[in-house]
Amino acid sequence: MELLIAIMVGVLVAASVYLMLARNVLRFLFGLILISNAANLLIFVSGRLTAEAPPLIPEGADAPLELVANALPQALVLTAIVIGFGLFAFALMLVYRGYQSLGTLMSDEMRLAEPKEDGQ
Amino acid sequence: MSWLLAAPIIIPFATAVLAFLFRNGPEGRWISIIGSAGLLIASGILMAEVLAEGVVAAQMGQWGAPFGITLVADLLSAVMVVITGITGLAVAIYALADIEERLEKLGYHALFQVLLAGVCGAFLTGDLFNLYVWFEVMLIASFGLLVLGGRRDQLDGGIKYVTLNLVSTILFLSGIGLLYGMTGTLNMADLHGAVQEVENQGLLVVVAVMFMIAFGVKAAVFPLFFWLPASYHTPSVAVSAIFAGLLTKVGVYALIRMFTLVFTTDIAFTHTILLWVAGFTMVTGVLGAAAMNDFRRILSFHIVSQIGYMILGLALYTPLAIVGAVFYLVHHIIVKANLFLVAGVARRIAGSTDLSAIGGLYKTAPWLAFLFLIPAFSLAGFPPLSGFWAKYVLVKAAIDAEAYVIAGTALVVGLLTIYSMTKIWGAAFWKPHPGGLQPKLSSLAPRDRAALLVPIASLAALTCIIGLFPEPFVQFAERAADQLLDPSAYVAAVLGADEVGLTGLAALEVTE
Repeated sequence: MELLIAIMVGVLVAASVYLMLARNVLRFLFGLILISNAANLLIFVSGRLTAEAPPLIPEGADAPLELVANALPQALVLTAIVIGFGLFAFALMLVYRGYQSLGTLMSDEMRLAEPKEDGQ
Repeated sequence: MSWLLAAPIIIPFATAVLAFLFRNGPEGRWISIIGSAGLLIASGILMAEVLAEGVVAAQMGQWGAPFGITLVADLLSAVMVVITGITGLAVAIYALADIEERLEKLGYHALFQVLLAGVCGAFLTGDLFNLYVWFEVMLIASFGLLVLGGRRDQLDGGIKYVTLNLVSTILFLSGIGLLYGMTGTLNMADLHGAVQEVENQGLLVVVAVMFMIAFGVKAAVFPLFFWLPASYHTPSVAVSAIFAGLLTKVGVYALIRMFTLVFTTDIAFTHTILLWVAGFTMVTGVLGAAAMNDFRRILSFHIVSQIGYMILGLALYTPLAIVGAVFYLVHHIIVKANLFLVAGVARRIAGSTDLSAIGGLYKTAPWLAFLFLIPAFSLAGFPPLSGFWAKYVLVKAAIDAEAYVIAGTALVVGLLTIYSMTKIWGAAFWKPHPGGLQPKLSSLAPRDRAALLVPIASLAALTCIIGLFPEPFVQFAERAADQLLDPSAYVAAVLGADEVGLTGLAALEVTE
């Protein structure tokens, strides 16, 4: 199971790097969203997977009675998902505004803040 | 004790909420100033406590380390928080005259305070995942500030800033995941012991390099700095000043923290990479600055170049070099923020930051020229200003470590820094204004003039004080460096003296 998810992370990273190499900023962002999911899975899998053992403490007990799944990576991933969601919502909106006012999605053509030296 | 550590985070957040509620009136800006002053006071108290007691730590929510989130302040953290308070207050006052009402209504002051909270949080946290969260707080606030107002060049710079910083964030997150997988803990003090027991030390170095790249992007080191000169000259002056002063330095702080506390298992490898990075960062930054012809863009490239010096101190990893890095960090924040503030005043009275479009400031605004001269010469390393001592300590450390090439590089880069400072001096101050304008400080409304010049003069005075009386500051940096190089006090403060040496999983078994 861990191997399978590890391979999946690898495939996701490869696909997202391919997307992120594009000049189109929107494609870059899609790649970024994909790679952030890969990172989340990476945290999940590096906390070791314990199948079918939810980290629940039975009523009356202070600690789980038997081996349960590691809850910490799940908490971390949840936090990372929430933060990532906010950041990407902002980034998508920014690119949309950028497209509206700059008229392009190609990163090569975004030279307004750093104009070429010959005064274009 | 725990309030002491939490105050520098809570105060800016509370101020942000208030400033947002009052964003439509003039109260917002005063709330921001009062909040920043409060932050400065809180940081001063924290500093006094750390000076008196040594490393101070507090467990949030009473969850004992290494399980809960720890806030911890050693001398480096404390001084960074103090300097955040100083720069924050200076920029908040400057913003009185610099930030238009339109931006205030969009929530400038609230974002500014959230940024300060994020920066302080990053300096004070003792937990790696928590550090990630503070980075994000800081990042989202900086995104907002950078594109606030939505001018076209801001959006252009903003897209590059946002995308490249998000890449670094994801690398950081992956690094955290892998490190947790190997050690079973994310508490930095606990990691210090836990990494020694990792079986596959090679993998640990791989993770160390991931962290190096992630923090390297934030710190804008070669070859990861491209977002910085693309964006820092586009927002309002107050925003660029606080960015220039603080944001990249959080990256440098994180590098120093991680590569003195956690990733010290293979110094020969990791710190050699850092040494090369430092050299290239210094050189590319200063050459980039030489090619620029805009006040703020020259300064932006100089941030990159100066970051190289701090990384140099970390990379040499001798006691004296770390002293230099800490001293440089403090000196640089003050000087750099101040230079951006001066650039803003020059733009206000001369009409532009493009060096070919302005001039004549020396003749008609001599006081501004004087106030520029102090931070500019300090940046270049003229005695007796603060930059001289910072560079002196670092070059001395490099020579002591027999790293003659990097010592030479540092000196040559200092020389080239003077070149770009004289370029600004010649173009903005000495040559006559091309439009025939006579830029005068008296053209500003008295209230604006005070708001713009008081922060500049105070920061310049601070530069002079550090320069003229470097002894206590160097001694302080020595103590901070001692703490960094021998983290046993840090570890003991976080984990409690008895538990030193227990790593995360082992501690778990004990408590069970």
